[in-house]
Amino acid sequence: MKKYILQSIRLTAVLLVLLCVIYPLVVAFAGGFAKGNGGGEKITKNGKVVGYALIGQSFTKPQYFWGRPSAVGYKADGSGGSNKGPSNPDYLKEVNGRIDSLLKYHPYLKRSDIPADMVTASGSGLDPDISVEGAAIQVKRVAMNRKLNEQEVADLVKKTAHGPFLGLFGPGTVNVLELNVALDNLKK
Amino acid sequence: MNTELFGIFATYLLTLVIAIPLGKYLAKVFAGEKVWTDFLKPIESGIYKLSGINPNEQMNWKQHMKALMTINLVWLVYGFFVLMYQDKLPLNPDGNPGMSPDLAFNSIISFVVNCNLQHYSGESGVTYLTQHFIMMFLQFVSAATGIAAAVVFFKAFRDKTSTNLGNFWEFFVKSITRLLLPLSLVMAIILAFSGTPTSYEGKDKFISLQGDTVNVSRGPAAAFVAIKHLGTNGGGWFGTNSAHPLENPSYFTNSVELIAQVIIPIAMVIAFGIFIRRRKLSWMIFGVMTIGMLLLLIPTVSSELGGNPAIAKMGVSQLSGAMEGKEVRFGPAISGYWSTVTTIISTGSVNSMHDSTMPLTGFWQLLGMMINSFYGGCGVGVLNYFIYLIIAVFISGLMVGRTPEFLGHKVEAREIKIAALITLLSPFLILAGTALSSFIVVNHADAAWAVQPKSWLNNPGFHGFSEMLYEMTSSNANNGSGFEGLGDNNVFWNVSTGFVLFLGRFLPIIGPIAIAGLLGAKKYIPESAGTLKADTLTFSLMTFAVIIVLNALSYFPALTLGPLAEYFTLIK
Repeated sequence: MKKYILQSIRLTAVLLVLLCVIYPLVVAFAGGFAKGNGGGEKITKNGKVVGYALIGQSFTKPQYFWGRPSAVGYKADGSGGSNKGPSNPDYLKEVNGRIDSLLKYHPYLKRSDIPADMVTASGSGLDPDISVEGAAIQVKRVAMNRKLNEQEVADLVKKTAHGPFLGLFGPGTVNVLELNVALDNLKK
Repeated sequence: MNTELFGIFATYLLTLVIAIPLGKYLAKVFAGEKVWTDFLKPIESGIYKLSGINPNEQMNWKQHMKALMTINLVWLVYGFFVLMYQDKLPLNPDGNPGMSPDLAFNSIISFVVNCNLQHYSGESGVTYLTQHFIMMFLQFVSAATGIAAAVVFFKAFRDKTSTNLGNFWEFFVKSITRLLLPLSLVMAIILAFSGTPTSYEGKDKFISLQGDTVNVSRGPAAAFVAIKHLGTNGGGWFGTNSAHPLENPSYFTNSVELIAQVIIPIAMVIAFGIFIRRRKLSWMIFGVMTIGMLLLLIPTVSSELGGNPAIAKMGVSQLSGAMEGKEVRFGPAISGYWSTVTTIISTGSVNSMHDSTMPLTGFWQLLGMMINSFYGGCGVGVLNYFIYLIIAVFISGLMVGRTPEFLGHKVEAREIKIAALITLLSPFLILAGTALSSFIVVNHADAAWAVQPKSWLNNPGFHGFSEMLYEMTSSNANNGSGFEGLGDNNVFWNVSTGFVLFLGRFLPIIGPIAIAGLLGAKKYIPESAGTLKADTLTFSLMTFAVIIVLNALSYFPALTLGPLAEYFTLIK
């Protein structure tokens, strides 16, 4: 028994060096060559960092495309989902409220135009994406508020949208921050 | 829609393409045959030397279990204290606090037992030091513990009669050097180049496009996320696990993480057959497991794609399916696949919030964890399945009126008693635990704990009951996923699930190893016309029936009170 205890302690010490020092340092070294040098890829506008490519942020102003509802208000140092169950009456009321509010800001919409992702909270609370349909319903509002041609905005959405992985696998997405930065750059 | 189903199909196919050769490789590694990774031998010799281990020393099954338990207890003690005092240790750029004793107790057990149930949140509850030196360390070694235990079990059936079952330390070290570490390295680099952070810098701050100040948690996550999946651990670097965009940046990484968590469990099944020179038995086991997986997967994906009927009534379009708690870049289809895989395999990482999935999806998730052997966790999946096999052997023996045998060894009262005890343990822990927590919610709602029982549940009614049932089931299965709405960071949940975690891990390892050790030491009986062959279709069906009947009898009442009742109220 005593032999096993000593062996266990020594083996633990050796493995701590191998697995917790050497391994992550090798990964950190390799990651230094990735986009963002291992600290996460940043998005800049006019040379200023305005966010991370993968981290969704809150958009509430009418001249921007809006992201999904977030249970944590896009707090990027405290991710979280709503964890509301599908039959929870308070939750269902909340969803109904989101639909009404979307209809208020987009009076040209029918209920059936609204895709589910625009009225439900994401898993992380930091979802950077919306569905292609979710972007499409906002085009008219954004164009009006920016005094742009509707077609021009729709084209930009199309240009920034990402298709399925390799064109074959998974859903298409629109990265809201990427789209809004492109929109801001369009003006000039 | 079709691209989403293609994605599932391609992901599973790639899993098999990697897992089957990996199984062949593992059988050779543990049999000591020549493999291409033998260039790592000097490193292993170095590890043995520094640890004072002689890898040629033979152990019997009891010595194996002693070694296993000893090193696991060393980790428990080490981790408990480091977690409590992490605030006073270096590598804490975000200035996070130390853990309370009950939280440290729960967290350390949870990671030692390969469960990774997390009652803390990755961004605020741990430091970079503890994330790497406790959590990630244990993700490696707990997976290696499971694999080494499975190899001991393989060893018992390799030769006709044997009590010398190899050396525990050798199996354990090789699981790391020949399997977990190289694969993790490759995967971590893939993740790093897909956007997962690797640097040790702390939180960042920026001004968002519309002018809000935002703090972003980061940290060296890529190395962690790799072993978290390969070792079927599942604990997240960030609070929302693999739903977090830095932990799982794209559809591509999502598939990588999905493949990573399934390859070793499948490879272990394949390795079993090759190792004991009965390949057909492996394929039969693999077949039963795969059919079981499909029976859970198909209704799960269909219920998620169908969307929430209550939201459908509001008139919005759920073309893509149910989106609450899900990420747009994955979509409901592969999130459904993930939820099946992560519950049958004891990973317990999530890419969508299970609390918000449809009631029937919750039903299948719970059932997957209760059965816990359709592929199952790293190494332990095979051990769990073995218990069902022994019960099936016993029942078949009774049906034909012969002394039951398994692989040429008589199965007698002692072995059956152990198998029966292990079978009863899970329902006992899950149901008694859930009953106790329900009792407290009803009768002691105002108990003065960190989270009062009246605020435990995030959802009313049947779904609230499901939250408690899920927590206990996940703990017993060493799964680690949760209906995360549950307010679980308080003394009741930390302590009760701590015990469930511990018992649910070690007894189902020791039980099967004991049975295998006892059987392996018995005289070998050559096959005759009257032998019950374990590798036939009939016997496989028998095993499948045993799995379904045992679990249905144990859990159906509880499942009815939770997800099924919610389902029927939702569709009315």
